[in-house]
Amino acid sequence: MNARAMTLPRSAVDQDWRHVLRWGLICGLALVGLCLVGMPVELDRRALIERHLSLGYLFVLLVPVAMGWVSSTLVALEGVENRRQGLYDLVTGFLVGLMGGGVLSLLMVALDAWNLRDPLVNWSPQLFRFLTYENGMGFGAAAWLATGAVLGLAGAALHVVPAVVRRTTGFVVFGLFFLSVLEAAISDLSEGFGLESLTDWLYAKKGGLTVTSTIVFGLVIAAASLATRGRIKAATDRYRDMEGVERQKASTILFVVIAVLCVVLPMFLGKIMNELLANVGIFLLLALGLNIVVGLAGLLDLGYVAFFAVGGYATAVLTSPNSPWFAPELHFGVSLVFVVLAAALTGLLIGAPVIRMRGDYLAIVTLGFGEIIRLLFMSDWLGPYFGGAQGITNIPGVDLGFATVKGTDPRSVFYLVLVFCALAIYTSWRLQASRLGRAWMAIREDEQVAEAMGINTVNAKLMAFVVGAVLASFSGAVLAAKVGSIFPTSFMILVSIIILVVVIVGGMGNIAGVLVGSFVLIGVLGGPKQPGLLQEFQNYKLLIYGVLLVFMMLKRPEGLVPSARRSRELHQDEFLQDAWLKGDKLDDEDAADDGASVVPAAAPVGDEGGEEE
Amino acid sequence: MSDATPTNGATPLLEFRQVNTHYGAVHILKDVDLAIYPGELVCLLGGNASGKSTTLKTLLGMVTPTSGEVVLDGEVVNDKPTSYRVVNGVTMVPENRRLFKRLTVKENLQLGAYLRNDRDGIAEDLERIYELFPRVKERLAQKSGTLSGGEQQMVAIGRALMSRPRVLLMDEPSMGLAPALVQQNFELIQQIHAEGMAIFMVEQNANMALSIADRGWVLQTGRVVLDDSAEKLLANPELRASYLGEG
Repeated sequence: MNARAMTLPRSAVDQDWRHVLRWGLICGLALVGLCLVGMPVELDRRALIERHLSLGYLFVLLVPVAMGWVSSTLVALEGVENRRQGLYDLVTGFLVGLMGGGVLSLLMVALDAWNLRDPLVNWSPQLFRFLTYENGMGFGAAAWLATGAVLGLAGAALHVVPAVVRRTTGFVVFGLFFLSVLEAAISDLSEGFGLESLTDWLYAKKGGLTVTSTIVFGLVIAAASLATRGRIKAATDRYRDMEGVERQKASTILFVVIAVLCVVLPMFLGKIMNELLANVGIFLLLALGLNIVVGLAGLLDLGYVAFFAVGGYATAVLTSPNSPWFAPELHFGVSLVFVVLAAALTGLLIGAPVIRMRGDYLAIVTLGFGEIIRLLFMSDWLGPYFGGAQGITNIPGVDLGFATVKGTDPRSVFYLVLVFCALAIYTSWRLQASRLGRAWMAIREDEQVAEAMGINTVNAKLMAFVVGAVLASFSGAVLAAKVGSIFPTSFMILVSIIILVVVIVGGMGNIAGVLVGSFVLIGVLGGPKQPGLLQEFQNYKLLIYGVLLVFMMLKRPEGLVPSARRSRELHQDEFLQDAWLKGDKLDDEDAADDGASVVPAAAPVGDEGGEEE
Repeated sequence: MSDATPTNGATPLLEFRQVNTHYGAVHILKDVDLAIYPGELVCLLGGNASGKSTTLKTLLGMVTPTSGEVVLDGEVVNDKPTSYRVVNGVTMVPENRRLFKRLTVKENLQLGAYLRNDRDGIAEDLERIYELFPRVKERLAQKSGTLSGGEQQMVAIGRALMSRPRVLLMDEPSMGLAPALVQQNFELIQQIHAEGMAIFMVEQNANMALSIADRGWVLQTGRVVLDDSAEKLLANPELRASYLGEG
């Protein structure tokens, strides 16, 4: 390496020092910030690989890698990378990591010298011990300088190494991470199948993968990644390109597989996992409803929780014997009819006054309505009817004759939620392709023109509110039956926000995206009050939600699962940028071949766009 | 009515009788009289804030006149919603095309036929539009926002034609188009007109508009100040001075 550095001094030494300094400082600040938030120490309790790697350390170690990767990505123009590859990258990454380690060492010195615990709660001896590996300051500082530099280098190296290596590394790291994170789920599942010996071998007693299983699985995943290289993408592409009957057949097979999994899997899962799945289902139902309002009709509703509350309270009043004012003690199924009516009515009542507002104004007013509904349920004024802060308790489960769905049996709750989710997915899917769905999308794109096309925008928007409200009320009804009691505190504004984040992160206006979003966010991180797979994240959930939201808006506004169309659009944009950079005069060409539009002229840009279809 | 108005007994397709409109307290259109006969190509000229767009919105029912009558086929339609007018043959091509950008070209066209229920007729009209604009057919699955300006104009016109209109209201069709496209666009309008469509065009490009139109009106601060045949308007020294940049 030295010899090469001497023969190629320019590329390695001729750095953009301001750039390096900036990213180095960002790296350092990110590390310090992470430490002072308290995440490393708290997450240190969760082991990933026996005693060797904990979730806490993983998070700290990830920062220099990510910064090394990002800092050696020079962006010349929005979306277009223009980098000097090779040694230059490596040196940048190395220096950025080194600076990060340096800043962390400074933090260690500061931790040792002063006690700032008063304003900074996490300024603690534990943090010091965590950072120094309990080996004293000198060792800690040296270790972090070295790890920072090496990890920064590794992050930058990801740009330099061939794509195969990058892909395989990514697969192995993520695969092992998920294997380790899903410990609870996998041991639960293998118990159901009577495979305890497998989990004993896979996971250490105190949690985390064992060293042997890490190595074995690392190799297996690497092999699998090499074997499937190119095939997964080819398969999805093939699925996307399929048309008519062929596509329908493939979709049917996919659907049957998923349906069977949904029905069979919970039978082998224990209470905790089923509870988790039931929570995911409740939030999925909400997210599907909000997806219609926000994703399809483009109405930013920040008070969506109101409909969830109406569904919950209506069910409580109608089914519970403890309802303070009117207790018909109906069966869940019968009450559902009235719940739907109540929700639709609320949708109309809230929708009608706000429907003529747009964008920000609509968001603010709905935000207010969301809070008003919760405060009304909590108020003394309506206390005699809805129980005020004491809520309504003793809500019976759903009596199906052969079984009763109630919170103590999470599996039954999951099945109940599954039925509603299937209904909601089917409705959303049918609505998307319907006349009403098209009207919603037109309103989302350009309300005035939609009106000029003859679409009754007021009615269409009200319909969006009502459909969304009904789906949310189903979710509320299930929640009431599951928990057995309903309190105003279950319907905080946070619920609205979290559902919105689920929809945005998953992919707005896209059913598959909403599904993935709910599983990733609610399932892994947890809902507003419900724990997810990573219970250790409980305190940092909102922080992670926020970071994720900002990241997605900046880097991947189309969501985790972009619809085929969306990604195509992005490709086209990239292509246009490339063409522009190459100096093609797009406007002139457009003008030229539009001039002879009857003859399909061969415009390079247009043709490329056409081929992508 | 000027002597240029065709008075051979035909009833106007779309008509304004002494129309006044207000936005709040602001008086926009002042006693405007207009008449569009079947198969005509007419244009409305006027500077900024003269009330051109309001005229279109009033014709389409997105703005309700405070007095006067909007007449469609001899029927006063002041209280009828936009959808009623679209069903009865009035459609607009909005200013700057304003396609539904994140929807595909095909979805845009389908939305033009939103109020129609005759599947066969819709399919037929789609085919006709592909014939008229072969370029559009190549782009069906593409997002309309990614099309070039000229292609977007074709989709916008196609979308309007999908409602099977008898009169096409065009708001500044040459706005925002490259100079080479403007000429082509006017040829396209003439072509559609030649098939018997009545066209009511609002334009700032007076010279170009009058060169293809049969008749024209000039609107000034909400009042019709000139109403004549296109040739006479083109020769009118007053108009040449104020709108054609001469004198």
